[in-house]
Amino acid sequence: MESIPYEHGLILAAMLFVCGLVGVLTRRNIVFVLLSLEIMLNACGLAFVVGSARWGDAEGQAMFVMILTLAAAEVAVGLGLIIQMYRRFQTVDISVLNEMKG
Amino acid sequence: MAEWLGLLPAFPLAGFLALVLTGGRLPRRIAGVIGVGSVALSFLLALIVASSYLTGAAEPVTVTLWTWMSAGAFAPGFSFYLDGLSVVMILIITGVGFLIHLYSTGFMADDPGFARFFSYMNLFVASMLILVLADNLVLLYLGWEGVGLCSYLLIGFWYDNPANGAAARKAFVVTRVGDTSMAIGLFLLFSELGTLDIQQVLSVAGAEWEIGSGVAVAAAALLLGGAVGKSAQLPLQTWLPDAMAGPTPISALIHAATMVTAGVYLIARTHVLFELAPSVQLLVAFVGLLTLLMAGFTALMQRDIKRILAYSTISQIGYMFLALGVGAWSAAIFHLMTHAFFKALLFLAAGTVILSLHHEHDIFRMGGMRKRLPLAFWSFVIGSAALTALPFTSGFYSKDEILLAALAQPDYGMLLWLGGVLGAFLTALYSFRLVFVAFFGPMHFIQEADDAHHGPVREITGIPMALPLVVLALLSLVGGFIPVPVDAVFASATEHAEAHPSVLLHGIMIAIPIIGVLISWLLYGERQGAASQRQRFATMPGAGFLQRLWVNGWYMDALYDALLVKPFVAIARLNRHDLVDQGVTFSSFLAQVGNRLLVLTQTGNLRWYGVSMVAGLVVVLAIGAWL
Amino acid sequence: MTLLFYLASAAALLATLAVITSTHVVHALVYLIVSLLAVAVIFFVLGAPFAAMLEAIVYAGAIMVLFLFVMMMLNLGQTTAQEEREWLQPRTWVGPSVLVLVLLLQLGRVLVGEHTEIMPVEVGVRELSLLLFGPYLLAVELASMLLLAGLIAAYHVAKK
Repeated sequence: MESIPYEHGLILAAMLFVCGLVGVLTRRNIVFVLLSLEIMLNACGLAFVVGSARWGDAEGQAMFVMILTLAAAEVAVGLGLIIQMYRRFQTVDISVLNEMKG
Repeated sequence: MAEWLGLLPAFPLAGFLALVLTGGRLPRRIAGVIGVGSVALSFLLALIVASSYLTGAAEPVTVTLWTWMSAGAFAPGFSFYLDGLSVVMILIITGVGFLIHLYSTGFMADDPGFARFFSYMNLFVASMLILVLADNLVLLYLGWEGVGLCSYLLIGFWYDNPANGAAARKAFVVTRVGDTSMAIGLFLLFSELGTLDIQQVLSVAGAEWEIGSGVAVAAAALLLGGAVGKSAQLPLQTWLPDAMAGPTPISALIHAATMVTAGVYLIARTHVLFELAPSVQLLVAFVGLLTLLMAGFTALMQRDIKRILAYSTISQIGYMFLALGVGAWSAAIFHLMTHAFFKALLFLAAGTVILSLHHEHDIFRMGGMRKRLPLAFWSFVIGSAALTALPFTSGFYSKDEILLAALAQPDYGMLLWLGGVLGAFLTALYSFRLVFVAFFGPMHFIQEADDAHHGPVREITGIPMALPLVVLALLSLVGGFIPVPVDAVFASATEHAEAHPSVLLHGIMIAIPIIGVLISWLLYGERQGAASQRQRFATMPGAGFLQRLWVNGWYMDALYDALLVKPFVAIARLNRHDLVDQGVTFSSFLAQVGNRLLVLTQTGNLRWYGVSMVAGLVVVLAIGAWL
Repeated sequence: MTLLFYLASAAALLATLAVITSTHVVHALVYLIVSLLAVAVIFFVLGAPFAAMLEAIVYAGAIMVLFLFVMMMLNLGQTTAQEEREWLQPRTWVGPSVLVLVLLLQLGRVLVGEHTEIMPVEVGVRELSLLLFGPYLLAVELASMLLLAGLIAAYHVAKK
């Protein structure tokens, strides 16, 4: 088996992360913001697993399991919040959420 | 019996606490009983203590109640010292104080601040007793400040009128100047002698300091400053006439009999220091001389009955200072005692007059009152006679002693004696001017009041007001025969030379007051040519100037106003916007500016927050990666 | 194997780009599922089969499906697609893209250090379980509590 360069895995994780980040910063629909957040979380998990493969250890995977758990809980609550927001404002535009201005 | 000494100030202090803690909710009878009763108890105790002291070995006694503070070598105790001088003082304070308290129950009967009045009076008596019984100068200073405080509280008693508050503040501030001088004197004494226990100070200073040395002069001069302030002598006498804004009983107690004599007591107590600084002692005599003449002339032109008596008090204390200045310590204390009697009598009688005439103060609007106000009239006659030192009154003996001692002064004896005699002449003139104008002549006020709806003017007296007048009148007449047991206190003093004046001088001394009374009758008495005689004096060249000068108290108030008050107010106005305060508010201003800047980042926009987070991350990574 | 790695990486990147530029919610979700499956392949290539399984089953299978349910419940379909086209002007992409590119460059600088090769040793379930039941037991318990909290919170927040 050929080996895979370690940095390439990390750079892939960085690029996925950055994609998710630009999605968070740009999109106005809150669903897409949440999706971009998921992309970022996934990228972090990828980085951990790459690290675990580099050292031949299972610890990175254990962290990946935790990240997965975290993502699940966060998505559940986030979706609940989206539902409430939609009920209240009848829109998913995040620019209505500016009551903390000033 | 000396162990009970600690109780002396405790009774009035307890009275004060009782009246203050019940907040004026007590019924008048009970408040009056507490107020008068506490001083009465003190008086009884003082009598007991005095009798046991005088019939016993007459040795000075020190009673230490507790150690006040202890800081290294400095450990003054709350201790009282009993000798002849303090015996005299406590008897005067509690005795005359008791009579005045009794009088006040009648005088202040209709006043809503009845309980408050007695609480302040009790606190005053307690402070004054602490002052005269104090064993060390620190405790004396405590009493000193206490009486100053009570004077302020009582002068401004009717606080609704802002003029009373101003008069109270003036009294406090002017005496404060003196108090500061005295405090510096205490510091000097402590730093030089290492102790503030009075007897120790006197013995150590007497042993170590040379006569006329700089430190003695400095200490004595500073103490003199304090005495001058409290006793309303030149140049700090401006507060006493204004202090007449307070109720008449307090003018009697504080500004006639007791507080203003605190300065005299201080100098008498620390007499060794003054003997060690003869220049300062001479200064004391001249301060007394100038003050008694100045006040005498001023009293001649006043119209307000209480202001005449106020200037008269200043003048008489000038006599006491004169006596202290020539080394006649016992004579000064004797005059202090007799003055307490007749001045209190005069003030209380004036109170009766004012109350009966519904708070009329101007003597030229009164007149012919001797028929309607008999008790006040005879009180005034007796009191004025004692004040004028007519033969065989108490004032006669005390003033006689002072003038004889003044004559014996080696360098300036004749000058001092002449000044004293002139002062006696003036005293006779103004005191009987008051009597003749107010009690004789046409009845101005009484006519008006009889027609008005106040009803016929009649004397307002009851037992509480009449009894003190009678007792004080008796004391004014026979008080000259009361021996003052202070010789032992001043035994260490250098004997002042006994003067043996010729019969002529002695005769002049006795006759001058009588001549003064006669001239006063000529000018103000109830006779035909009186008014035209006064007119002749008034039209003499320079009379108008003199009249204005004396009415305004030699323009000293105006002088102080221009010299001290106006510059101070001008400087205070410079700092109108309060630099220091602005320094403090500047920090809050900075916080507000910072807030306004940072608020701009709170847009409420989610993407803006995200961008700012990422930007911060970029910056941190940049710093981390490239450092 | 390396070829598979690079292919899967390309697929993941393209799918992710499609997600963030998509206008239709459901389309974006499906693209995201594709991306997640590609990442699962990468995990498998790197010798972490259990992680790959978890990614596919939990992430793509449960979380994304949950998303889909909610989207269908809210019926965010055609109506929002029009809005999105208006919102997504090219000029809105400029600022964030620049910032994020700078960040990417910095990350690259930081992450590229020593040149190491990964030997795709298979780290299986057994090693992982030994860790989870051993040193990381507390973490597992906390994670379960987190899930419980998430459950209660989601129930409450989404209530009428």
